Amino acid sequence: MYEHDILIIGAGLAGLRAAVEGVKNGLDVAVVSKVHPVRSHSNAAQGGINAPLTDRGDDWEGHAYDTIKGSDFLADQDAVEVMSREAGDAVIELERMGVIFTRGEDGKLGTRAFGGQKVARTFFVGAITGSALLHVLFEQSLKLGLNVYEEWFVTKLIMEDGICKGVVAYDIKNGELHTIKAKAVIMATGGNGRVFEPSTQALICTGDGLSLAYKAGAPLMDMEMIQYHPTTLARTGILLSEAARGEGAYLLNSKGERFMEKYAPDYMELASRDVVSRSEQTEIDEGRGIDGNVMLDLRHLGRDYIEKRLGYLQEVSLEFLGIDMAEEPVPVRPGMHYLMGGIKTDLNGATQIPGLYAAGECANVSVHGANRLGANSLLDTVVFGRRSAEHAIEYIKSVKQNSNSENDLKLESKRLQSILDRPKGENIANLRNDMAVNMTKGIGVWRDQKSIENALSNLHDVKNRLPKISVEHKGKFFNTNLIFALELEFMVDNAEAIIHGAITRKESRGAHYRTDMPERDDKNWLKHTLVYHDTNRENNVRIETAPVTITKWEPVKRVY
Amino acid sequence: MNVNLKVKRFDPSEPTKNTWWQEYQIDIHKDSTVLDALIHVREYEDTSLALRCACRASICGSCGMKVNGSAKLVCKTRVAEVSPGGEQVVIEPMGNHPVVKDLVVSLDTFFNQIKRIEPYVQPDHIPEKGEYIASNESMENLLTAMNCIMCGCCVSDCTVLEVDDNFIGPAALAKAWRFVDDPRDSKRENRLNNLNNEDGGIWDCTRCMQCVEVCPKGVDPMDRIMDLRDSAISNGLTNSFGARHANSVNKSIKHSGRIDEFRLPIESKGYFNIKEIFKLLIPGLRMLIKKQSPSPFHHKNPNQSKVKNIFKNFEENK
Repeated sequence: MYEHDILIIGAGLAGLRAAVEGVKNGLDVAVVSKVHPVRSHSNAAQGGINAPLTDRGDDWEGHAYDTIKGSDFLADQDAVEVMSREAGDAVIELERMGVIFTRGEDGKLGTRAFGGQKVARTFFVGAITGSALLHVLFEQSLKLGLNVYEEWFVTKLIMEDGICKGVVAYDIKNGELHTIKAKAVIMATGGNGRVFEPSTQALICTGDGLSLAYKAGAPLMDMEMIQYHPTTLARTGILLSEAARGEGAYLLNSKGERFMEKYAPDYMELASRDVVSRSEQTEIDEGRGIDGNVMLDLRHLGRDYIEKRLGYLQEVSLEFLGIDMAEEPVPVRPGMHYLMGGIKTDLNGATQIPGLYAAGECANVSVHGANRLGANSLLDTVVFGRRSAEHAIEYIKSVKQNSNSENDLKLESKRLQSILDRPKGENIANLRNDMAVNMTKGIGVWRDQKSIENALSNLHDVKNRLPKISVEHKGKFFNTNLIFALELEFMVDNAEAIIHGAITRKESRGAHYRTDMPERDDKNWLKHTLVYHDTNRENNVRIETAPVTITKWEPVKRVY
Repeated sequence: MNVNLKVKRFDPSEPTKNTWWQEYQIDIHKDSTVLDALIHVREYEDTSLALRCACRASICGSCGMKVNGSAKLVCKTRVAEVSPGGEQVVIEPMGNHPVVKDLVVSLDTFFNQIKRIEPYVQPDHIPEKGEYIASNESMENLLTAMNCIMCGCCVSDCTVLEVDDNFIGPAALAKAWRFVDDPRDSKRENRLNNLNNEDGGIWDCTRCMQCVEVCPKGVDPMDRIMDLRDSAISNGLTNSFGARHANSVNKSIKHSGRIDEFRLPIESKGYFNIKEIFKLLIPGLRMLIKKQSPSPFHHKNPNQSKVKNIFKNFEENK
């Protein structure tokens, strides 16, 4: 058995930022992650990180309002205020830690334009901002001697009297199961993109933390809010950053028209992501696409500029499609990209379970509401990663000694063995694909009652087959077969919460666009949907709603 | 498209047969990557096959492996590219990293070498307000090294590490360069000093180019190591074996048009380094017996003037 003051699950930006805060404050902090920290999916954020820096004439209200408007007024305005006010310091802190941000003529940090914002306030490192930030936070973790349980997979939260006291984790490298006790646990496990097919997200984004918290009793909030990114590469679904459009790229239909003129005359290609994705899908559905794609045209930016500012995009386009962006437009389509919903937390990252915090994509504070602005996710991770640790540090002062019970370990050990002992049955990949393809069909760019119900009935079928999946490989060393079985169980919980969120919200708002209810309904639905795991209910699901915090910006019609 | 994969397997729990080759014949989309093919095997053919992968977009650095003998990120390597005529594709774990299982290697040593170079910016002051001020050029310059995703491909194929595991290695040295040239860092001299003197430091690279060849992110570690050597010498750190060696080669070619093989080892060790020079006597004597010893009388290259011109041109255009 291991024991720490604070245990952080996940070693991406939110997790590492939280960890740095804890270690700096002299606490015994550890991170447990199913992959090495630098493999985390924070890597994949390309375009940048938003911050309204006052010495550049920007103000927090401007950023806050753009974020709130982007969220289709579903974001809690007090949470957005916290994020916008703390953004400047967060970015400056990252620079001082060593991030090589692109700079302007004056030697200060330079910016680029990003979607849904009239002010260029996105700070960036070429098109590898997430990777650059993650590697610098990893450097800080090395400097501070952070304790990392690397390639350990958390299978269960330890709950005693409704309080979170640690985790049971499986060491992937040798198949051993351990108890890690902690006075506070911070969930920072990222998104759940693999619940959908296709998705821009990494194969490791299986919503583990969302499921762990959900099963332990924490509500998942606004899970129907799934962001479809407007520019994912044809066929492979790999992300091409919004930075391309931020730097001036056009979106063209098969007739060569800049079709965004029709949908967002003011913001054009830089309207909010939900708006651009729906516009693209309309063009494609109405026959003005090219093989199910529209074209992203960067040619007018020139080769030098592309290679300097968007080098990674050029690399991706060349390697995966064989297309030179400086010579040809790139076929792109909307693709599942980000979860705005997540484990409900307060402004300090505290969930409804004492001892359990959440930050980053798995959490919902909520700052993104029904649609996240590009370059706000990196900001979310560092601001709320830090805040959750700060609050956890206060919280643990009043926490008594942990019990020494290894009961959960015994139960988990039995459960894992029973999975390994199953007779040959369903193939894991087949079942995941069946779920994921149907999730995209049902909870896509467009959705309606029927499509959501289809997704639900498919999910019932998937849940029935879930206990029959078999782990054919029985080995103890790096048994990914077993890990995929456990991940699929997590993903099914995620799918359940998403579908129930979608079926509950009877309106269209942000990313949740119902063709059968195309209007936003502030009278009835200016509120959050909460999905609880509740074994006393039919299907083990309980739905509640919670009010949206409005401080100074009354909802208005959202036009770009 | 049909493809035949030949995969090197390793299972630490199999006492008798822990390393073996296994072939898989699979049918995949013509644009598939090697990673797509391996995932297909893992999902449908052989669930015991272990490999790491995450992003599928060449940014997380998980999936370094040897394909047909050289290290690659398999997510950005298309099958058609390594098997244009339908040839068998041979996949092995990366070299110079201990194997954990199948295609999964331990990167513990790799990251320990990274730690050796103190991989974080160490400024001597904090700006009163805002960010450090630095020119964009000085920062952009560092991006080549910042592109490193720590996949371990360069270390896998490094020919020095094959024989000398004390070498800091291409990835860690490229990272070291990034801090040496960072205008915010205050430890430039210390860093250069350590890298210059340390056993396994910048002078242990043999310039074989393998790391440049296999780096999937254009970091070109060897070029960064050469940048470090230049920085060390221009910082006055000429009193190391490597620097003396480089100077001696430079001097003799410039003056005579060819390397003075007799003086080179002596000048590299240093004229007053009696102990080290004494050590040269034994191999020297052996060479003498085998009649392989270089002549103490150095002969000029007949085209010496042309060589001098090359030096002259280079120095004028520097």
